[in-house]
Order: sequence, then structure tokens, then C-alpha cells
Amino acid sequence: MSLLELRDVEARYGEVTALHGVSLTVDDGDFVAILGANGAGKTTTLRAISGTVKTTGQIVFQGERLHRRTPEGMARRGIAHVPEGRGTFASLSVFDNMRLGAWTQRGPSARDLARVFEFFPVLYDRRDQQAGTLSGGEQQMLALGRAMMAKPRLLLLDEPSLGLAPLVVREIFATLRSMNDRGTTIVVVEQNAALALGSAKHAYVLETGRVVLGGAAEELRGDESVRRSYLGY
Amino acid sequence: MANLAQQIVSGLASGGIYALLALAIVIIHRSTGVINFAQGELATLSAFICFALMNHGWAFWPAFFVTLALSFGGGMVLHTVVIRPIQGGPLLGIVILTIGLLIAINGLTTWIWGGTSQQFHGPFSTAPIRVAGVAFSKQDIGVIVVAVVAMLVLGLLFARTKLGLGLRASAVNPSEARLVGVPVPAMLAVGWGLACALGAVAGVMAAPSLFLDPNMMQTVLLYSFAAAVLGGMDSPAGAVVGGLVLGVSLNLLGTYVDWIGGELRLATALALILAVLLARPSGLFGRSIVRRA
Repeated sequence: MSLLELRDVEARYGEVTALHGVSLTVDDGDFVAILGANGAGKTTTLRAISGTVKTTGQIVFQGERLHRRTPEGMARRGIAHVPEGRGTFASLSVFDNMRLGAWTQRGPSARDLARVFEFFPVLYDRRDQQAGTLSGGEQQMLALGRAMMAKPRLLLLDEPSLGLAPLVVREIFATLRSMNDRGTTIVVVEQNAALALGSAKHAYVLETGRVVLGGAAEELRGDESVRRSYLGY
Repeated sequence: MANLAQQIVSGLASGGIYALLALAIVIIHRSTGVINFAQGELATLSAFICFALMNHGWAFWPAFFVTLALSFGGGMVLHTVVIRPIQGGPLLGIVILTIGLLIAINGLTTWIWGGTSQQFHGPFSTAPIRVAGVAFSKQDIGVIVVAVVAMLVLGLLFARTKLGLGLRASAVNPSEARLVGVPVPAMLAVGWGLACALGAVAGVMAAPSLFLDPNMMQTVLLYSFAAAVLGGMDSPAGAVVGGLVLGVSLNLLGTYVDWIGGELRLATALALILAVLLARPSGLFGRSIVRRA
């Protein structure tokens, strides 16, 4: 069952067209990686989905065609977008950041908080600290924890591995796989193609604002052009 | 000694009023980046509204709370209709807009109520109250209590409630706040509403001693800006401390230093600010923004 469909979506930043008719599908329970070089339009695709950038073309979520979308509105529909750079509220405490994650819910339930702290015990230790004082890896965990508080139907992550040590990155992706096993649909934008293809079920490759390749992750891993351009062998 | 205590209390009362208005200025600046030069005139307008209600037979406290509600609503409307459309524009444009608002509102209050000073009968009598043998003005104590309560309520709102969390998030990182679902434009409007309600408290508390006229809050606004800057422009705690410190210092300096009479009060205040800023450019509570090159 398709959860999200983009049909011929175009997006512009002023005069510059960043997406030239992108079409893709994300099924319920899927784990999708969006790959491509810098400037290929990966971030813009996520922004198009979360309503942060104006688009033309059709965006269908849970079977419903969406017009006039705002980021707040998409958040209320259950889309959690973790932007590049984690998007933490640096001057607020870790705990406040988590409370904000639960904004679209009635309020942070103790059970939700406990579940996130179980996943990331370091967040519990640092709960009263200013979020900006956390390390990069901890901030990424905070961003994920915050997204979990929103109990999203669809989780969008922009470059979660950016600036993080390999060990930390492996932990993050293990957490993502675990979340996916429990039913959260995930779309990950990654420059690190090998990493993303190692966890994802499906993938799309973008080049200058267009989808040039799409399919099961294993297929793409074996694909000649992908291997040469993005996997380095 | 008794005189010192009286001067301090009296300084805290006027300082409380500066603190309230300074807090309003800081809330608006922190959340929307606008320096609201019209904050004083809005406070005056609120005081006049309370005055008008009382002239129609209302008792003080009902009139006061209705004025607060109207000021809150007015602030929200002001943000949505006047400020939001120009928010993305150049800073100078926004500054000119709020100065224009200042002039417009001043004109409005003069037009409706005339330019002559009126007597405003506040809720506190001017009779003295003796504490430990020293006579304090009931009005001073009343103003301090009201100011403290108002600031406490606001502080609790920001720190403990979901609304307060949304307000803080919208001020700190509006684009990210929208991504988690916070209705940022509405939050910013609420911020303006709260600021104008604070201004209303300041105006109504100032009216009995300053006498009600359209220019009543102009000097207070200057002191409040000084207090806000002294505290570090974006720090609510700093605005409060700045206001109180300013109020008390001005009183003590005026009493104990011979050559600082009534005319030099404002100059003294500004000189104080200058001295502090020379030593600490980001204000007493401000955080200097260090950017990695």
C-alpha cells in the first residue's frame, strides 16, 4: 500500500529550478534511500514532502492529494522531518526538545518519554542540558528521539550521518532499522550511498533534479553505474 | 536610614514599571526581531482605556482586567495586520513603521481624550503604611506587588506551559518549530499580545503618579529601553533586573548626590547605561554571539 506518492513534482528556489518533475513512491513500512551527488535535489525532495518549499505537481499522502501545504500541517498529518544539521533547538534543554517533539500529540506521555530514553540513555543523563552543548552524535540521537515522540507515519531524515564518527553512524542506522521493524516508514537522504543501501529496502538516485534510477536496494547495489558513481568501485 | 529604605522601595516601584515595559520590549524583540518603539504609546492607550471604563462607572479591578484582555487582543491584531506583512523586509523599514505607530497612537489618544493631564485614581491609596516604624507609600508597595505578580505569571507561562514552550521555540528557531507542528505565526501574534498586556499593566500602574496624558509613557519608554539594553537585549531576566536596578539607582542618585536634580535624571540613566555597556558590551545578562569563522 503506497503511503506517499510524488508525481511530476517541480520545486523552485526563486529563479532556479531544483526539482524537474520528480516521481517516486514510498510504501507503508518501507525504508527508502534517496541518493545522489551534492546539489542533485535530495534535500529539496524532502522539503517538498514536508511542505517547506512550494511545489507544483501532485503529492499524495495516505491516498489523499494534498494542496496548499504548510510545514505545521504536514507535521499534524504525521510527517516528521529531521533536516540537515539535526534542527535541534540549541538554546532549549534536551527535555524541552523532546517535549516539542510531542507537540502534535496531546502532550508528552511518560511512556513515550521512557521509550525514547530506553533507546538513548545518554539523552536521559543530559535531559536538563542545553541541546547545543551535546556532541554531534548526541544531537542526532536527540533529533531521532524527538521524531519518535511525534509517533510519525513517515520519518524523513536529511543526511543523518553528516559529521558523525563511523561507529556512531552505525548505531544511528541500527536504530533506524529497529524503528522501521516496528512499523515506522522511513525516507533517508544520504550522500553515503553504501551506508544507506545497507539499511534501505528501496532506493532512488537523483541527478540534477530528476530521478534517474529507482528500485530495490539490492538491485541498485549491484548496478554498474551506481557502483561506479556512488559506491566507488 | 529610614529615608534610604523609603527611597529603595520607591525606586523599586518605578523600577517595576520600567521592568514591565522593558520585558515587553524584550519579548517582542526576541520573538519577532522587531524593536517596538510604539510600546510606550500602546501602554498609554491601555491606561486611557482603563480610565474610560472607570469613567463609565466600572470599578478599578474589573476595568483593569478587561483592559488587559483588550490590550492582549489588540497586540495580536497589531502583529497579524501590521507587522507580519513587513517582517521579511529591511530593518530600517520596520523601525520606521514602529516609530510611525508611535506617532499615530499618540495622535489617536490626544484626539480622543485631549492633551491635558488627567487625574487617574488607582487602586492603591497614597496613605502611608508603617513597616518596622518606617513609613512607606501604599501605592509604591501595591505597584511592586502587581509588577512582581505579572512577571511571575509570565515567567511561569513561558517555563511550564505547552504554550510557553511553543513561544520559546518560535522565537529560537521558527522554521524548525514549524516542522514539529508549532503554528509559528499564531505564536508570534500571541507574543505580541502578551507584550501589549504587560505594557498595559505598566501604563495603568504608572498613571496614578505620572498623571494621565498622551505623552505619559515617553520618558518611561526611554528608561525601559535603557533597562532592556542594560540587561542584554534578548534576556527577560536581564530586562527585569535592569529595570529594577535602574529605578533604584536613579532614586538613590537623585537623593544622595546633590547635583543630580530632576532634570539630570534621564541623563544619569543614560550615562549609567553607557558605563555598563563600555565594560560589558552585550549587557549585564546578554550573551555575546561568537560565530565560527
